Amino acid sequence: MDTAASYNDKVVRQFTIMTVIWGVVGMLVGVLIAAQLIWPALNFDLPFLTFSRLRPLHTNAVIFAFGGSALLATSYYVVQRTCHTRLAFDKLAAFTFWGWQLVIVLAAISLPLGITQGKEYAELEWPIDLLIAVVWVAYAIVFFGTIAKRRIKHIYVANWFYGAFIITVAVLHIFNNLSIPVTLTKSYTIYTGVVDGMMQWWYGHNAVGFFLTAGFLGMMYYFVPKQAERPVYSYRLSVVHFWSLIAIYMWAGPHHLHYTSLPDWAQTLGMVFSIVLLAPSWGGMINGIMTLSGAWHKLRSDPIIKFMIVALSFYGMSTFEGPMMSIKTVNALSHYTNWTIGHVHSGALGWVGMMTMGSIYCLLPRLYNRDGMYSTKLIEVHFWTATIGVVLYAVSMWIAGVTEGLMWRAVNDDGTLTYSFVESLKAVEPYHYLRLLGGLVYFTGMLIMAYNVFKTVAAQKPVPAAVLEPA
Amino acid sequence: MPAFWHWFVVGLTVLFIIYCVWLVSWSAKQGPKDVADDDLVGHKWDGDLEEWNNPAPKWWLYLYFITIAWGIGFLVAYPGLGNYQGMLGWTSTGQYEQEMQYAAATYEPIYEEFAAMDFAELTQNQEALSLGKSLYASYCTTCHGSDARGAPGYPNLADNDWQWGSDEQDIVTTILNGRMAAMPVLAPALGGDAGVDNMAKYVKSLSTGEADAGAQSAQPMFVALCSACHGVDGKGNKIFGAPNLTDDIWLYGSSHETIRDTLLNGRNGQMPAHGEMLGANRTKILAAYVASLSRQ
Repeated sequence: MDTAASYNDKVVRQFTIMTVIWGVVGMLVGVLIAAQLIWPALNFDLPFLTFSRLRPLHTNAVIFAFGGSALLATSYYVVQRTCHTRLAFDKLAAFTFWGWQLVIVLAAISLPLGITQGKEYAELEWPIDLLIAVVWVAYAIVFFGTIAKRRIKHIYVANWFYGAFIITVAVLHIFNNLSIPVTLTKSYTIYTGVVDGMMQWWYGHNAVGFFLTAGFLGMMYYFVPKQAERPVYSYRLSVVHFWSLIAIYMWAGPHHLHYTSLPDWAQTLGMVFSIVLLAPSWGGMINGIMTLSGAWHKLRSDPIIKFMIVALSFYGMSTFEGPMMSIKTVNALSHYTNWTIGHVHSGALGWVGMMTMGSIYCLLPRLYNRDGMYSTKLIEVHFWTATIGVVLYAVSMWIAGVTEGLMWRAVNDDGTLTYSFVESLKAVEPYHYLRLLGGLVYFTGMLIMAYNVFKTVAAQKPVPAAVLEPA
Repeated sequence: MPAFWHWFVVGLTVLFIIYCVWLVSWSAKQGPKDVADDDLVGHKWDGDLEEWNNPAPKWWLYLYFITIAWGIGFLVAYPGLGNYQGMLGWTSTGQYEQEMQYAAATYEPIYEEFAAMDFAELTQNQEALSLGKSLYASYCTTCHGSDARGAPGYPNLADNDWQWGSDEQDIVTTILNGRMAAMPVLAPALGGDAGVDNMAKYVKSLSTGEADAGAQSAQPMFVALCSACHGVDGKGNKIFGAPNLTDDIWLYGSSHETIRDTLLNGRNGQMPAHGEMLGANRTKILAAYVASLSRQ
């Protein structure tokens, strides 16, 4: 078969396999630092194993290595299938794979060495930032190049979300990382004071909004109808919630800076638009769940559908929780507590993780010319470990967070604090154990997935898939 | 903010609200009449991907409208639209000041009553000490520990050894204004590594009484370099916060290596000022509590 007549699935396969590998690595580091919070001696007095250095390694590994590889894999797959054409620029696509892996490896070296910009989720220093920018622009060229040569007039909804994610992440990354290099491993941001804080959380919140939400909604809009074998519930709803979501997310950043030196007007706007964001967020959940709703009978036999419905449920839950936590009076209780950690992980483990896992279980057999994964039973086992893991994690952190928030604000009759900080730390210790257990269970599920993926792929020779003629 | 940015913020906010309202209205207008439930939009991708055109659920549209309406109301009531102050006149600074006034009116009388008492009496008064203990837990435990026994670099407050003095005025000044200790780098003046080594041994010998030849050789150097702050006898000076070196109580640790480190790199112990946070009344009660820890 000549190459133009087949899809470029090589780069998809590469990113898919790396998604699983980075998932294992990133979650392992997460489990380790959860254990360090209980037994600090687990850093073995080695600087590169301290919590402060491993925590950014964990977040970067799960968001950008695991999540990023999943987004590149699925977007490359989806854009080809829904445009009925081979991926544009094979060599550039290969460059995005190797470039992105290089970024990850550099992160895995530089973060434990303590090389950091000190900006959350943007810790990587300027040479790596430049590499990311180049890879990302290449990614955009490949993706939109493929859209441009599509052989079908209408652009499928999944591609809107992937497209918005690609464009916005480029803008966020470049502007938040503008800095003046001093040496190869040290730079200073060009922003000062509260402006720097605002830039950081404009970036930080939209990293959640576009990387972890819009991108994965793109994944959802392809793999949910595909696996359920049903049409998307509502085209009109997808239009409204897409255009609302991408417009309103941009405003929500200031809710990370409530009760700081950020001017009142900016804090208010951040809160107001965070509340308005609830309905647009839920639009995606409704469309996903209603698409699945004709296929409930499949829940009994198809654990992949289970992954998707639980992912959508966690998406709905955390996008309700988010606006609620952005209300200043709620934020006064929740901010700086483990509640935030619980919120992030119900989104990350529940929505991002489980949507990725469901999609990969759906995708992998197609990439390797098989009818299904090596073992459906193991998918089922993975589903339950993942679900139990998230619930343990989120519930323990909610309780811990509210406990901390209440203890920190408790005041005696004489105006002094009722509890010293260390007392609140002692009070939440049991939940640290519970969180570690939840993380361990979730991580075990990821190991089961890795085994299942290995058995599915091993000795399987992929065959190029012919480009489908548009209907 | 300047008028341009004010109108920029107002304009952009209003524009986005109108945009949202328009989007929802557009979606709401296409009622179920337009498209039957089983009507596919007519696009088809990848063999089997199709779309229905069901209307968005009513409750969802209401939810969207309600949040927008609430948002508009909030922006009328609170400062959000650039320089516009909001109808309620709320500011975060105002809220802070209000809470501080409430705290002053509610709690200050309690402290005033005790602060009027004599210091020595305060250190014996159980009620005052319990207040002092609460203050200590709120403000001091981070550095000095919940048992007040300190940590390397942070003085033990329970041992009756006082760097900056133990009188009422000494402790009150320490809490109100903070303290800055300055142990200079002495390595160059000591004549390099061997000199530092001998001096470290000599300093250690002041409390152990065991001085070898090397340690003894550093004695004239101690008088020349160290006595200005620590005194000729090494018993320290509270004016500089220079520790007593003869009592086997060590702020940074007593190992040979640690003492060497002090000589090589100096030390800059800092007690932050708490006057603005605590005020005079609470400071006095806290000082009495701290004093009581070593006077029992």
